[in-house]
Amino acid sequence: MKLVKTGTAGTMESNDIMVTLDPKEAGGVQIALSSSVMQQFGRQIEAVIRQTLTELGVAHATVDAVDKGALDCTVRARVRAAAYRAAEDQEYDWGVM
Amino acid sequence: MERKRLRRSMMFVPGNNPGMIKDAGIYGADSVMFDLEDSVAITEKDAARFLVFQALKTLDFGKKEIVVRINDLNSGLGIQDLEAIVRAGVHVVRLPKTDSAEDVVFCEKEIERIERAAGIPVGTTGMMAAIESANGVLNAKEIAHSSDRLIGIALGAEDYVTDLKTTRSDGVELLFARCMILNAARSAGIDALDTVYSDVNNEQGFIEEATLIKKLGFDGKSVINPRQIDPLHKVFMPSEKDLEKARAIMAAIADANAKGSGVASLNGKMIDKPVVLRAQRMLALAEVSQTDEGEEV
Repeated sequence: MKLVKTGTAGTMESNDIMVTLDPKEAGGVQIALSSSVMQQFGRQIEAVIRQTLTELGVAHATVDAVDKGALDCTVRARVRAAAYRAAEDQEYDWGVM
Repeated sequence: MERKRLRRSMMFVPGNNPGMIKDAGIYGADSVMFDLEDSVAITEKDAARFLVFQALKTLDFGKKEIVVRINDLNSGLGIQDLEAIVRAGVHVVRLPKTDSAEDVVFCEKEIERIERAAGIPVGTTGMMAAIESANGVLNAKEIAHSSDRLIGIALGAEDYVTDLKTTRSDGVELLFARCMILNAARSAGIDALDTVYSDVNNEQGFIEEATLIKKLGFDGKSVINPRQIDPLHKVFMPSEKDLEKARAIMAAIADANAKGSGVASLNGKMIDKPVVLRAQRMLALAEVSQTDEGEEV
């Protein structure tokens, strides 16, 4: 998946996470995460973000994530939504998610 | 898909709210309905679809029936909703704005196509049809008989009263639709589910409406707030007096059978088949209700 513009998904509500993705040409995935549960779950949230982007074939991106206590499934959903928006792609491949 | 089960309460949960989705299973509703339609802004349809998809694949809602209300299939959004939620293993798809049997058949074909593509046994996914227009009400019988996947039909009153050029008041405006939907459902052997009561702060009004639809014969009602679940279940719970009578009827039947008599009576009145059926239904409902309440604790 090729990101072509900024894509954002999620809200600042409790139990949600707001994810903003920006395209990059090189340098891998750089994540700036702030979380209300940073101490306990920061590494786990970052791992889920990375894994989801890998599954989507996004090798290079800047990620800005503001977490308000989201479950892993919510993190995955918001990253996917942001990525598809950033790629301007609406051909969702539900079979491989 | 479980065709027959307890459906006193079907709780709407906005599909783009992770907090509400996370907690949806803890309030004791018989069915939880994630909404991708009216409660989701048009700009967030994709995000809500991803969220509900991931929730269905990940979260454990126990024995709850999981329903998803999709967008109108004519909107272009509904097919994408189906692609996601059928693959995620939803129990029941709620089709909104069902005007005719053809709407159900079209939706069923799409579900079957996706089940085949995903390697899901055909027929796994159930359906329910929400009737929200004068046309839909007049076609209720054909709609109710249009697919073996249907577990029930429901009234969506807000759009319906707008179509009728009226507004919701004391319920008289919904009587014809309710009776049509109920009789259509019974004719097809499926459940009849009533519309939402929007004024969450008016518990008395809610209880009165729930009492009315139970008297009519409905199986249950949609709710929009967890606070409505308990009062609704209480309305559907048979009274101890009714249960005592039902037990006495069943005891009289057992006694007559033991004596080899083909005719049973209680307090001098003959017990015929419909009386026995009602008693059996009541005892079954009480038993399931009590088991269900126990599991919620």
